Amino acid sequence: MALDSKVPKGPIKDKWTDYKNKINLVNPANKRHIDVIVVGTGLAGGSAAATLAELGYNVKAFAYQDSPRRAHSIAAQGGINAAKNYQGDGDSTYRLFYDTVKGGDYRSREANVYRLAEVSANIIDQCVAQGVPFARDYGGLLDNRSFGGVLVSRTFYAKGQTGQQLLLGAYSAMNRQIARGKIEMFNRHEMLDVVIVDGKARGIIARNLITGEIERHSAHAVVVGTGGYGNVYFLSTNAMGSNVTAAWKIHKKGAYFANPCYTQIHPTCIPRSGDYQSKLTLMSESLRNDGRIWVPAKLEDAQAIREGKKKPTDLSEEERDYYLERRYPAFGNLVPRDVASRAAKERCDAGFGVNATGEAVYLDFADAINRYGTEQAKIHNISNPSKEKIYDLGKAIVEAKYGNLFQMYEKIVDQNPYETPMMIYPAVHYTMGGVWVDYNLMTTVPGLYCIGEANFSDHGANRLGASALMQGLADGYFVLPYTIGDYLADDIRTGKIPTDSKEFDEAEKEVKDKIEFFTTNKGSKSVDYFHKKLGKVMWDKCGMSRNEKGLKEAIKEIKEIREEFWKEVTVPGGANEMNPELEKAGRVADFLELGELFAKDALVREESAGGHFREEYQTEEGEAKRRKEFQFVSAWEYVGEPSEAKLHKESLEYENIEVKERSYK
Amino acid sequence: MSGFFKSSIGRKVAMALSAFFLMFFLIIHLAVNITSLFSENLFNELSHFMGTNPLVQFALQPVLLFGVIFHFVMGFILELKNKKANGVSYARNNGAANSTWISRNMIYSGLVILAFLVLHFADFWVHEINVKYVNVQPEDPTRYYHELVEKFVPIWRVVAYVVSFVLLGLHLAHGFTSAFQSMGSTAGRKKALQNIGKAYSIIIPLGFIIIAIFHHLNH
Amino acid sequence: MNLTLKIWRQKDSSSKGQMVDYKVTEISEHMSFLEMMDVLNEQLVAKGEDPVAFDHDCREGICGMCSMYINGEAHGPDRGITTCQLHMRMFKEGDIITIEPFRAAAFPVIKDLVVDRTAFERIQQAGGYISVNTSGNTQDANSIPISKHAADEAMDAATCIGCGACVATCKNSSAMLFVGAKVSQYALLPQGQVEAADRVKNMVAQMDLEGFGNCTNTGACEIECPKGISLDNIARMNRELMKANI
Repeated sequence: MALDSKVPKGPIKDKWTDYKNKINLVNPANKRHIDVIVVGTGLAGGSAAATLAELGYNVKAFAYQDSPRRAHSIAAQGGINAAKNYQGDGDSTYRLFYDTVKGGDYRSREANVYRLAEVSANIIDQCVAQGVPFARDYGGLLDNRSFGGVLVSRTFYAKGQTGQQLLLGAYSAMNRQIARGKIEMFNRHEMLDVVIVDGKARGIIARNLITGEIERHSAHAVVVGTGGYGNVYFLSTNAMGSNVTAAWKIHKKGAYFANPCYTQIHPTCIPRSGDYQSKLTLMSESLRNDGRIWVPAKLEDAQAIREGKKKPTDLSEEERDYYLERRYPAFGNLVPRDVASRAAKERCDAGFGVNATGEAVYLDFADAINRYGTEQAKIHNISNPSKEKIYDLGKAIVEAKYGNLFQMYEKIVDQNPYETPMMIYPAVHYTMGGVWVDYNLMTTVPGLYCIGEANFSDHGANRLGASALMQGLADGYFVLPYTIGDYLADDIRTGKIPTDSKEFDEAEKEVKDKIEFFTTNKGSKSVDYFHKKLGKVMWDKCGMSRNEKGLKEAIKEIKEIREEFWKEVTVPGGANEMNPELEKAGRVADFLELGELFAKDALVREESAGGHFREEYQTEEGEAKRRKEFQFVSAWEYVGEPSEAKLHKESLEYENIEVKERSYK
Repeated sequence: MSGFFKSSIGRKVAMALSAFFLMFFLIIHLAVNITSLFSENLFNELSHFMGTNPLVQFALQPVLLFGVIFHFVMGFILELKNKKANGVSYARNNGAANSTWISRNMIYSGLVILAFLVLHFADFWVHEINVKYVNVQPEDPTRYYHELVEKFVPIWRVVAYVVSFVLLGLHLAHGFTSAFQSMGSTAGRKKALQNIGKAYSIIIPLGFIIIAIFHHLNH
Repeated sequence: MNLTLKIWRQKDSSSKGQMVDYKVTEISEHMSFLEMMDVLNEQLVAKGEDPVAFDHDCREGICGMCSMYINGEAHGPDRGITTCQLHMRMFKEGDIITIEPFRAAAFPVIKDLVVDRTAFERIQQAGGYISVNTSGNTQDANSIPISKHAADEAMDAATCIGCGACVATCKNSSAMLFVGAKVSQYALLPQGQVEAADRVKNMVAQMDLEGFGNCTNTGACEIECPKGISLDNIARMNRELMKANI
C-alpha cells in the first residue's frame, strides 16, 4: 500500500483552517449512535476521550492504572510550549513551527507541525478555562520560562508539575463526561488486540486486570493513545507499566510503524546507582537554565573524584571543563537534548565521568546562587554583603525555583545539591518514533487512529523540551475530534457493531492462547530477566550512538533473547486473577519484537539525525551529519519477523523552511 | 439547611458549635465558682441569682443541658461512624508519628468527662432540682457556700475531680483549636490562637482543681 | 542488609488475608523500597511462588499509584515522599518491616497490597471539574488576571496526587484532605466560582456516600501527605460548604 499523508493543498498557514471548513461533520443526533474506543487516558487519550464525549459520541476509555490521572503524562515537569508571545520577545506561530522542525532535525512533516504550532495557543486558553493553575507573575498574568533549543520564552508551567496539572485538567474534563454517562471508563483494563472487520478497526480485546476476564468491546473507530516505548531499554524515565503493546498489536494488524529508532535520551537524569535499579528519574530540563554542566578538565582529577579522594568543590575554575559552554558558545548549557546528551556521553567515554560508575557529569548551581544572591543584595539595598549573605539570598531564589527538584534529588542520592554539584547522566526519556499516521492522525488501518507519543508525530528525529505536552493535548483536544468526524460521517447508518462475529472470536482466541501459554509454560527464568537482557542490548547497541556492526549484532541477539524467552519464561499465578507477572510477560514479548525492528530501522537509516546518531555519519567535530537522501519517514509494514518488515518511505518536503545544517554554536 | 447537618461536615460544624457554647459556659462556671475562694457572700449571691433567675433557670439551663447531651450524643455517633469507616485494622500502626495521643482519643477523655458529669449532676444538679422543684423548700440564699464546701470533704471526690479536670484540660487542648478548624477557620492553626487555646485548656481546669483542693483543705 | 518482612497476603477481595513473614538478604542501602520489593518478588518467582502484588507505576512520586503502609505509617517512616521514593537507607540491618495495604472500608483490598481507590474517582466525578467545553474559542488565557497568591495557593492544593495516604493514616479513614484539596483548587480560582456551591455540596455528599469517616482534626493526614497538602484546605472546604448552604 502506498503511503498517502493526506496533507491538504494550499499555503501552509491556511491548510488547517481550510481543511476544517470542508471536512465532513456528523449531525449531533447521529453522534449518539456512534461509539468510539479510546485506549490510553494520558494527555492525548484523556483529552480526546473528553472532547469526543462533549461532541456527543459514546466513548469507552481504557487505562491500565486505577485512574486516568495516573498516566505517565503526569511525570512531565518543565512545561508546555505555546506561541502566545505574551512576553513580546518575537514569538509567533511560524517561529514555534520553525523551532520544532529545526529541533526535530528536519525529519517531521511540515503541515502537521504547523498545525501543532497553530493550535498551541488554544491549548493554554482551554487549560486555563478548566482551572489549571499555571504560574503567574505579580500582575496576575501568566508567566513563561525558556527551554532548551529555542531563543524565546514560550513555556507555560505549573511549578515543576506541569504534566500533572495538565493531566488533571484533561481528567477533570473526562470526569464531567463520565458523570454524564458519555464516557464509560474501564480502569485496570489492558488492550491486548485490535479487531479488524472488513478492513476497518471495529473493536478491541481487553483484559480486566482485576479478574483476568477477557472482554470484547466494539466501536466504530478505535483511538490508540498509549504513549511511547522507551521501556524497551528496561531502564528509562518511563513508568514501570509504560509499554508498546497496544501500538505493537495494531502494527501487527496492519498499522505501519514509523521511525522506531528515533529515541530521545534526556540529558538531565539521576545516574544509575546499581544493578537492582528499576527505573531512572528525570530532573527537569529547566535546571539547565541555571545550572552549569562540567566535568574535571584533567583525567587524574576525574579519577580521584571517582575514587572518592577528591570532592568536586575542591576543583578550581581552571580545573573544570564546562564542555557545553566551550563547544556551543551561542546556546551553552541550553543546547537541545540530543546534543547535550551526546556531549555528556562523549566526555564520560573519554574517561572524565565523575561517579563510581564513571557515568555522570556535574550540574552545578554555585554560580547561579552567587549571581542571584548578588542581584538580591542589590534589590534589597544591602551594601557590601558578606559571602554568607549572598549565598543565603541566592539559595532562597534557587530554592523557590527548583526546591522540589532539589529535594527529590536529595531523597534519592542522599547528597545536598545546594552544597555539592548534582550528578546527572542521560537516560531514555521519549520516543519520537511510533505508529505512522496521516494528517488526520489515522493509521494505515481505516478507523484506527493513533495520537500523542504513541504516533510518530510531529517531533521528527528529536523533540524539543515542553513540546510533548503540547502535542498530546493538540492531538486530543483540537485535531482528532475534527478529523475523526470526517471518517465517522460514513458510519451514521452502520448501527452497533456486534461482538459475536468471527473476527472477534479469532482475536479473542489468539489473546487467550497466549495467556494460556504464559501461565502453563514451565520455564526457569522470570520476565524481568529477559527484559533486563533486552535492555542491555538496546542501551549498548541502539543507545546514544549506533554503528552498523553493533546494530547487526543487536538484531541477532534480540532474536536469540526472544527465542529463549518463548522457551524459558516462567509466569507464576493463574490467568483468572490479578497477575502482574502475566501483564509484564505480554508487554516484554512485544518489546522483544519491537526491539528488533528498532535495530533494523537504525541500521537502514544511514545518517545521523536528532536522537539517532550513527557513528559512521558525523562531521569532523563529531556533530550529527544528516543526509539529503534520507529525508523521509521510514514506515514499516509488518510481514512476520520484525527484521523482515517492509519499508515504505514517505518523503518529506520542506516548502516553508530552508533545510539547514542544525547548528547551536 | 437540614441536609447540611446530615452531612459529615455539617455534623462537625454542629460539634464545634456545641463545643464553643460549652467552652463559653465553662468560663462563666469558673468565674462564679472562683469567688468561693475569697468571698462566701459573693459566691452565695451569684449562686442565688443563677439558681433563681427565671431566664437562667428556664432558658439557659435547658439550652445548656441540650448542649451537653448533644455534644456527647453526636460525639458517640461520629465515633461509631468513624470506626465503621476503618475496615480491617492495621497489624502495626504508629499513630504517635503523626498526631497527638489526645487528638486520637477524644472519645476516651470525653467518656471520663461524661462519668464526671454523672457524679457532678448527682452532687449538685439533682440536689438543686430536689430542693427547688420536687420538695419545694423555701429558698435560703446563704446555703450555697456550705453545700459546696461540704462536697469537697471526702478525699475520693477531690481525687475524682482532679483526674477529670486533667482530662478535661487535655480534651480542651485539642478541642479548642479543632473547633475553629471545623468552623472553617484557619485561625486555630495560627500561633496566636494556639497559645490562647493552650492557656484556656490549662487555666479552666486548673481553676476548678484549685477550688476543689482549697475547700478540701479549708473546711 | 538482611531484613525480615511481614507482609499482608490476600488472594482476592473475597478471601481472608493474613500476615506472612519473608526474609530478604543483601539489600543495598541505595535501593528504593520498591526495588527491595522487586528483589523479594524475583526470589518468589524463582521459587515458583506467587509474588506480592502491589500498586506502583511512575516510581518518582507523582502518579500516586504506590500505596503501602510501612511500619505503621502511610508511605513509611520518611516525610514528604511516596513509597516509591522511600529508600532503604531509612532502615538498618536486621530490621523487621511490617508492610500492609492502605486500610479503609472505602478502600477494599483487591489483592495483597493492592487496594481499590475508585471511591476517589466517583467523588471527583460528582463535581471535581469546571464545566467548559473544548472549543478552541474559550477566552484568551490572560483575560482573567489571577493574583499570584491565589494561583500559588490553588497550585498547592492541586499538587495532590490522589494516593490515599490521608485516608490510610486517618484514624477515622476520612477523605477530607483529598476532597478539601480538590474543592480548594477550584474555590481559589475565579473560573471555579460559578459552580462552587454545587461542587462542594455534591462532592461532600459523594464522599459521605462512599463511607469515608469524619475529620476530627488530628492533623495526621497533613504530616503523612507526600505532597504536604495543608489542613487549611479542609477548613476551606468546611467554609465553602457552609457558604453553599446559607
